[in-house]
Amino acid sequence: MTLSSTARLALGVPDLTYRQGLRRNVINRMLTILAGLFAAIAVLPLIAVLAYVLVKGGGMLNLSLFTARSSGLPGEGIGNAVIGTVLVTFISALIAIPVGVGGGIFLAEYSRGGSFAQFIRFGTNVMAGVPSIIAGVFVYIAIVKTKIIFGNSYSALAGGIALSILMLPTVIKTTDEGLKLVSDDLRRAALGVGASRFVTILRITLPSAFTPIATGVVLSIARAAGETAPLIFTALFSSYWPQGINSIFNPIATLSVLIYNYARLPYPAQNELAWAASFVLVLFILIINLFARWLRRFAAS
Amino acid sequence: MEKSVDAGFRILAVALASVVAMVLLAILIVVFWGSLDSMGRYGWSFLVTSNWNPVKDEYGAFTAIYGTLLTSLLALLIAVPLGVGTAIFITENIIPLKIRTLIGLMVELLAAIPSVVLGLWAIFVMEPFIKPFLELLHTTLGWIPLFSTAPKGPGIAPAVLILVVMILPIITAISRDSLNQVPMQLRQAAYGVGTTRWGAILNVMLPAAISGIVGGVMLALGRAMGETMAVTMIIGNSNNFSWSLLAPGNTISAMLANQFGEADASQVSSLMYAAFVLMILTLAVNIIAQWLVKRLSLKY
Repeated sequence: MTLSSTARLALGVPDLTYRQGLRRNVINRMLTILAGLFAAIAVLPLIAVLAYVLVKGGGMLNLSLFTARSSGLPGEGIGNAVIGTVLVTFISALIAIPVGVGGGIFLAEYSRGGSFAQFIRFGTNVMAGVPSIIAGVFVYIAIVKTKIIFGNSYSALAGGIALSILMLPTVIKTTDEGLKLVSDDLRRAALGVGASRFVTILRITLPSAFTPIATGVVLSIARAAGETAPLIFTALFSSYWPQGINSIFNPIATLSVLIYNYARLPYPAQNELAWAASFVLVLFILIINLFARWLRRFAAS
Repeated sequence: MEKSVDAGFRILAVALASVVAMVLLAILIVVFWGSLDSMGRYGWSFLVTSNWNPVKDEYGAFTAIYGTLLTSLLALLIAVPLGVGTAIFITENIIPLKIRTLIGLMVELLAAIPSVVLGLWAIFVMEPFIKPFLELLHTTLGWIPLFSTAPKGPGIAPAVLILVVMILPIITAISRDSLNQVPMQLRQAAYGVGTTRWGAILNVMLPAAISGIVGGVMLALGRAMGETMAVTMIIGNSNNFSWSLLAPGNTISAMLANQFGEADASQVSSLMYAAFVLMILTLAVNIIAQWLVKRLSLKY
């Protein structure tokens, strides 16, 4: 038996049907549409940027791009900058990973929440907020200008050090949080069968926390590879190929600085090259990112 | 033997952890030390005068400090509703989970795009695209000081827009995570007493997630103030002060990126002074953010 709404009211039965015209339902629908609109706007820039980088940069892509250096002459390429980016990022990872993982081990395994650990955690958060250009200024004053590295001023090494300052907080945080996720039972079991603390960390806790730590580290490497501000007055730029091992003591070209320099030049040919470099850099970073995500999902399953 | 290895490893871990503190301290000292000369010469007036003249050796960073604060606050004003709205949209069950995950992934990937690439895009794609709109703004609202100059390419307005693109992912990701952490029971209780979806969002979900969201917003503010490359490439790097958003301007980080490499001694000191101001600003924002998160977080 169904009743009309007036009959319901007369009988004191509440009307539970959804009424479209009700003010709160109208507001509800409008807000939902608004939120959807905002989400569409938020996704728009990514699509626009990716589309332009793909079309403008991808169209430039050919083999000679990678076999030529950024000579400033017609027919130049980005080969030296690709090598430079890999080298500088590698140097920064070489510094930031041991220091960061070590610091994270201290926070998670040794500190027991003491005041020193609190201070280091606070410092890590603060350091994560230091603007990247400040890291560049700092390394310029402390390393480039003082020529502290065997009398060399601008160098790939200085650039790597500047980048490692930016990577360090992320690596510490992910190590700290990754180790905290490891069950205490594992630690107790290892200590119980007579393993020393060092062996427990090295053989039990670190391996069990490997995936979260690796994910965080990989993401921080992707971030460092795209950084420009710390490099413009540390690694500087070079239009030559890196020469052997000595190249870490000399200025070096990187993709990001190449994009910055060439984007501001009034010559279309070099602007085009900046797009090509963007394509390579974005592709490189997106692949690393998706790899990190896959790593995370792989570990979760 | 085993004991000494153990003790040695502990000391190593402590030493590596202290590196953070030492580097942070070293950065502060180096920047402060470098700016002493300029601090002594210009004092507080450095912060409120806007002449930047390396030839006459006169320095005042007001234009850059104003630019830093203005661009980041305006960017925040636009990005907060967009980001929080997006976060709500992808944490509610309005559309299928697959699409929501995809939107979340895309916003996160946007965060991964290097700022220099966004700068390149801003110069060659975004700026020409928005120029007609800015011109319209100037011709119709030109009597307001904020729109009083004709847009000439690079300027504060495009810089604000590119900053929005850069901080949107941070606000969205953190808001989404804090909304996801709100216990299901709270939402169920809200629905149980008969509220609508948005009644629950506005009165229950957002207040419960506010600490995380505010933390994310402050983090984004710090990032916006320190952001260098994209802003440098699109803001026009002019040290002449103007109220107009359509005129070229400057930020501290853009000024550093542009001038630090080829500056002479007294200019370096003034740039370091500006860098010191930037450091204090971002430090303050970050510390307030951490304090707010602690203060506002609800315990269940």
